[in-house]
Amino acid sequence: MSDRSGINDFVVRFANVNGTGSASANTMFAKTIFRMGVPVSAKNIFPSNIQGLPTWYEVRVNGEGHIGRREGVNLMISVNPQSMYQDLKNTMSGGYFMYDSTWPMPREKRREDVHFLEIPLMQLSNEHFEDPRFRQLFKNIIYVGACATLLNMDREVIVGLLRDQFPGKEKVIEKNVKALDLGMEYAKTHWEYPLPFHVTPLDMTQGKIMIDGNTACGLGAVYAGATVMAWYPITPSTSVADAFEKYCKQLRVDPETGKNKFAILQAEDELAAIGIVIGANWNGARAFTATSGPGVSLMNEFIGLAYFAEIPTVLIDVQRTGPSTGMPTRTQQSDVMLGFYASHGDTKHVLLFPSTPTECFEMTATAFDLADRLQTPVLLMTDLDLGMNDHMSDPLTWDADKQYDKGKVLSAEDLDQMETFGRYLDVDEDGITYRTIPGTHPSKGSFFTRGTSRDELARYTEDGAAYVRNMDRLLKKWETAKSLVPSPQFYPDPSGAEVGLIFFGTTTDSALEAMSVLRNEGMSVDGMRLKATPFSQAVLDFILDHKTIFVIEQNRDGQMRSVLINELEVDPQKVISVLNYDGFPITAVHITRHIRQHLPHPQSASAKAL
Amino acid sequence: MSYKRPAFRHPDAAINEIGFHQKDYEGALSTLCAGCGHDSISAAIIQACFELSIPPHRIAKISGIGCSSKTPTYFLANSHGFNSVHGRMPSVATGAVMANKDLTYIGVSGDGDTASIGMGQFAHVVRRNLNMVYIVMNNGCYGLTKGQDSATADVGSSGKAGVPTMFSSIDLAGLALELGAGFVARSFSGDKNQLIPLIKAGISHDGFALIDVLSPCVTFNNTKSSTKSYTYVRDHMESTSIADFVPVKKEITASVQPGESKTIEMHDGSKISLSSIAEGWDPKDRLSAINAIHKASLEGEVLTGLLYIDAAQPPVHKLLNTVDAPLNSLQERDLVPSQEALEEINMGFR
Repeated sequence: MSDRSGINDFVVRFANVNGTGSASANTMFAKTIFRMGVPVSAKNIFPSNIQGLPTWYEVRVNGEGHIGRREGVNLMISVNPQSMYQDLKNTMSGGYFMYDSTWPMPREKRREDVHFLEIPLMQLSNEHFEDPRFRQLFKNIIYVGACATLLNMDREVIVGLLRDQFPGKEKVIEKNVKALDLGMEYAKTHWEYPLPFHVTPLDMTQGKIMIDGNTACGLGAVYAGATVMAWYPITPSTSVADAFEKYCKQLRVDPETGKNKFAILQAEDELAAIGIVIGANWNGARAFTATSGPGVSLMNEFIGLAYFAEIPTVLIDVQRTGPSTGMPTRTQQSDVMLGFYASHGDTKHVLLFPSTPTECFEMTATAFDLADRLQTPVLLMTDLDLGMNDHMSDPLTWDADKQYDKGKVLSAEDLDQMETFGRYLDVDEDGITYRTIPGTHPSKGSFFTRGTSRDELARYTEDGAAYVRNMDRLLKKWETAKSLVPSPQFYPDPSGAEVGLIFFGTTTDSALEAMSVLRNEGMSVDGMRLKATPFSQAVLDFILDHKTIFVIEQNRDGQMRSVLINELEVDPQKVISVLNYDGFPITAVHITRHIRQHLPHPQSASAKAL
Repeated sequence: MSYKRPAFRHPDAAINEIGFHQKDYEGALSTLCAGCGHDSISAAIIQACFELSIPPHRIAKISGIGCSSKTPTYFLANSHGFNSVHGRMPSVATGAVMANKDLTYIGVSGDGDTASIGMGQFAHVVRRNLNMVYIVMNNGCYGLTKGQDSATADVGSSGKAGVPTMFSSIDLAGLALELGAGFVARSFSGDKNQLIPLIKAGISHDGFALIDVLSPCVTFNNTKSSTKSYTYVRDHMESTSIADFVPVKKEITASVQPGESKTIEMHDGSKISLSSIAEGWDPKDRLSAINAIHKASLEGEVLTGLLYIDAAQPPVHKLLNTVDAPLNSLQERDLVPSQEALEEINMGFR
């Protein structure tokens, strides 16, 4: 590919061995650029393994604010002999290849079109640090130092990060700075610097934070008032539970008694996890679980129960590559169908699609309000890329006056004033009925919850007419949901376009970049970012208003496209899939290439404006 | 369909300490087969809750799927009930108990629901020491799907189909003991004098209480060749002791029986008084309970009564160190951390 790189526009990839402490050095690299005010994105590409296998960390720097993944590595930092030749192959022509020359690479193995930067990392570390335990770790800091020189990174910013990371531990900071300077000096004395592509400070990250989506989800659940969490370990969702627990312990322990205002249970499996969530919500506590595709598969029976018995249920699905165990540490948006139609019988569900950590935080809270309001499962569909990578994002905010929407829950006083309580009586004609929490009133409001058919007064019945009334009311509730879920976001082309792009979740960054590339080429394109199901009228209108629609998503079968066609009954011929499912986050180049293939004459699209 | 019972009450019907009639603890008319053991267990639950004077709305009854799991419709109509999914009652009950530790939880399950599809959940709810009474209505067969063997059917035992069970059976009481349960009992649906005090004690126990109740299936497994028939259980029943449950505030008036006696104080101050205690068995000794079950089983006998109790095991809320107020009663002011906290968190991600 051609090199579009330059000042504040390049990709660095670090090739490390899993379990060698490289993650914190690499994060420090990305964060330095972020603190220099330059937009940055960092993606961990890691194996399903704890120690010993290759792992990569890819940093994209882009002064225009495009933070989706970009292909083409300008600077490869090769610290893993195991993957060295593969990494050399993956360095773009004209790019730079830095490697640990403690063990020099044979001449004949090198590439002519790549610049070699040799630095004896292990040797330097061994010479300058006595404690063998730290030699491996400081080797990582040395290459960060070398990068700092090559890319014009601000030494003071790096030192500041070290101070923040090790507050008060002067000796640790001192040693790290020593390693940093070793790398910086080595680069200055051995290589020309800076490289043609490097960092120049900007002010584009002012007020932003770098946070991963799973942490934001966990925090969102804390602020949304979740008191019960049940989960079962599964990558890439485990860190949602970790974050919820960490912040609960920080923020939800009663200072007087030392007792917890939360209960977290690691269940025996995903079936139990969702069962616990349903039991707790039935009993009036806000409860949630976090899992990934295989977990959602296991939870299917219970999701149907919650839908039919109308019990609020919040499920965070951090999607990964399937089917089965697939590639458990790679990203995908391949649970759209699974989530939307989860369970047997006639079911369809409210899904939310966050695209940034900020939205992970906000939409987790929204999920609780919607679940309580609609008395139904709500699935927050995030993914590994969003969940486990740090993303530049707006800071998290919470309205101190916000009241939770607990939905139609009757108190003892409400019950006293009522003539008849019918759990499934559609009093307000919006499909949402009133519920009571066990233990509310001595003689009124108790009812029997079941997954089998019942009448409006919650009495068991096998009468077909009563079953149909109930199922039809659930559809009415579905209609009501359309007005309650977050509306799509539109990115209109000022000149009006016949081509519309639809995208959601982590596809957004690259889709927006693709739109800007296509518009610069003269193609008029409108964009719509889906935030939720069910789809509102605005979603249908967008599809009807455009001659050609591209649905960009990260799975093989165009699952969102199928759901759109199925739900909105639009002409499938005009709805074209742009798909990526290799486990890596989708890129703008990938999107524009596919769109150009389908629309060979972009000029004709813009010609109509003339 | 569920049929309502007539609301008529005899003017002289007894009321309990909180002013409720026994009728207030009843449910809809049962639709199970006439003579089903489960109906006797429902009656025992009604009696136990009435006599314990628990306000009906402070009880939650949760079940899985099967004949046994249908029964919560037939008792405690003034309590919230939840008929969940097959084998998953323990997880739903766990969530409910997490949300509100102040209610009384009665879980109802069957031998299919517990010993097969729900085996994993059963094991883990025992480990958690969830504060609930877990009643297994154990008939050794799948009644609602017409009589297939369940995992509690004894080797060689056969029901209506006449085919002897090939595989070894699972003893749920023995399993619960192995897993560390703090209250384990076994009873027989046909012996309400034994069953009612056990249910009362189980409800009063602060932690997980298993009552495995043999409850013959009159339609599919009440044959001469079945070890879960009325006749077989009556003829082979042995008991660890005669149990009497003495609620808080009442004097101990248990009649003195021949043989050794023992009184066990429960967490809430109520007492179980045991008399005619079997030789070599100590209610507080897990090993002696395990031995007694194995011994009876080897002899083809069915050991019933209280099998083991440890009133001091910390229940799940102690283990999780949750606040005294039920979690479902916490409001925004209790739950939402400060703005400053969030700003500080943001700072940490700069």
